[in-house]
Amino acid sequence: MTTETSLSSTDLGAEQLGKFLYEMMLIRRFEEKCGELYTKGKIRGFLHLYTGQEACAVGSIACLEDKDKILTHYRDHGHALARGLDPNRVMAELYGKATGVSGGRGGSMHLYDVEKGFLGGYAIVTAHLPVAVGLGMASNMKKENFVTLCIFGDGSVGEGEFHEALNLSVLWKTPVIFFCENNLYGMGVPFHESLSTEIPKLAAAYNMPAVSVDGMDVLAVHEATKKAVEHCRTGNGPYFIEAMTYRYRGHSMADPELYRLKDEIEKMRARDCIVKLKGQMEEAGYLDEARFQELTDRVEQVVDEAVQFSEESPQPGIDTLFDHLYKEPANG
Amino acid sequence: MAEMRLRDALREALREEMLRDEKVFLMGEDIGLYGGSYAVTKGLLEEFGEERVIDTPIAESGIVGAGIGAALGGLRPMVELMTINFSFLALDQIVNTAAKLYHMSNGQLNVPMVIRMASGGGSQLAATHSHSLEGLYAHFPGLKVVCPSSPADAKGLLKRAFRDDNTVIFIEHTANYALKGEVPEDPDFLIEFGKANVLREGTDVTLIGYSGSVHQATRAATMLEEQEEISAEVIDLRCLRPLDMDTVVESVKKTNRAVIVEDAWKFGGFGGELAAQIMERAFDWLDAPVARVSCKDVPLPYNRNLEFAALPSEEDVVEAVLGMFKE
Repeated sequence: MTTETSLSSTDLGAEQLGKFLYEMMLIRRFEEKCGELYTKGKIRGFLHLYTGQEACAVGSIACLEDKDKILTHYRDHGHALARGLDPNRVMAELYGKATGVSGGRGGSMHLYDVEKGFLGGYAIVTAHLPVAVGLGMASNMKKENFVTLCIFGDGSVGEGEFHEALNLSVLWKTPVIFFCENNLYGMGVPFHESLSTEIPKLAAAYNMPAVSVDGMDVLAVHEATKKAVEHCRTGNGPYFIEAMTYRYRGHSMADPELYRLKDEIEKMRARDCIVKLKGQMEEAGYLDEARFQELTDRVEQVVDEAVQFSEESPQPGIDTLFDHLYKEPANG
Repeated sequence: MAEMRLRDALREALREEMLRDEKVFLMGEDIGLYGGSYAVTKGLLEEFGEERVIDTPIAESGIVGAGIGAALGGLRPMVELMTINFSFLALDQIVNTAAKLYHMSNGQLNVPMVIRMASGGGSQLAATHSHSLEGLYAHFPGLKVVCPSSPADAKGLLKRAFRDDNTVIFIEHTANYALKGEVPEDPDFLIEFGKANVLREGTDVTLIGYSGSVHQATRAATMLEEQEEISAEVIDLRCLRPLDMDTVVESVKKTNRAVIVEDAWKFGGFGGELAAQIMERAFDWLDAPVARVSCKDVPLPYNRNLEFAALPSEEDVVEAVLGMFKE
């Protein structure tokens, strides 16, 4: 793993750092609110909260350009918000409303916004890794030079598709960043009980450059992803990042969390990504109490607005049930 | 028109579509240097180069997934899975990704991809290599399922598949590859999806087939006419999704009897769907229960005699028809 980052080792200014802090706080508050709404029955289905992992989404996605693409797993709210999807429409999707980013057809695990290059949360573990390779093929063949950030969890590495995708990606030199959010558990199974080796070694076995970084440190994630984007953008093929992170909540809202101790959660919370960046910014004189309060208020307001928007949004009409089943052919 | 075998008609379709649209490319197992395991893509690597004719590793899920990604990225991939038996390894990508994205993304993402695969038994390849899964793929809303039975249909339908904005499962029966027939040479020759083909008109019974079983139905119709003086109408469905039930129902209303012929298993199969729809729409016109001539309910054995005993034959079709005329 890379060593501890500090503000002095980055060229990020107060504005960029403030943006990171704000986005992580927004995701945190958004997810907490989702948890509340789930217990109230406003959000149904499966709900997987991202709290604890915010640095992964914010640090990595900040490195992308508008033309780049994102594919991610089902714990996808954080990535959507970090990519700038409208929080109102993300929340409305969780409510299943017509105004949701997927029109109420996808729910929590399937958020999409093509305009933002956000090509979906994928709820079948690892299914999106080969898809990322295909996007990379399109980038190469059409000479569009976009990079695909493909985010998945440590639970993916046992799937055959993981290995197929890594192999194909190196063979065909596709510009894909394989970004593994290692939150230590595949549902309730510790990852070291599911894997006979270390994750970056798997990538290395396919001749793919691979690093492991502190996923609780937004600066470390940003630094690593910046290098990865540069690597992909300049025609060198794929790149692999393992970000060591932690989810504070259970796998989903249905998880009684019998597989880990409260102690462990507390230890990880001590390394919290928001607390860490806040401290670093205060130390550098980039942040004071007043400014932090301002960010807190703004986040609160955005989340409240998202809830209000979702409450007030219409249900999709039953008459739209058969919409978007087949796309009409362009010709013939 | 030119006379050619079905495999050559498929190749012509691929060539013409690649020439027409530079976004079309081919990827699959042994389609390049080897020329395709049924020789469909022979010569295309030489003509179009390795950027557009890509030999892949044996990784069905990976290459179908990559096809989906390429389609999302604005290309029009054709993925060849060699045989339908191997498509089980890609089933998740086909069913959970390709068939779902358009609907689940509320119309934002679509997957214009053609997946070609060879289907059917009868070649003594034993149980793992003899599946007929047309009906399985037809089960899933979001997919289109096409299964030609003649060289001209093969060309017209495959070209049409590349003009579609959805994923098309294109299934070729192995027994059909060597069939010869007249094929239009017009590069704009397309066959619309969801239009069944009445191969032979008749008045006493309707025989419905698709993919390979069309030929048992046609031979049975000849036997019925010559030996029993029974006039059979033969319908080739051509597509299972979209399905042209109108043509079937119209025919059954005329003949008052229907026999479904398919290589797949009867239990839970597509023939059951056809029978149910005929009942729903033409019950009052039926003079006999709808009959199904299908594969026997066992995995296909290697031994020639056993395999042929399991697969539906034209004699089985004749027998089923005669059963309908008994009091």
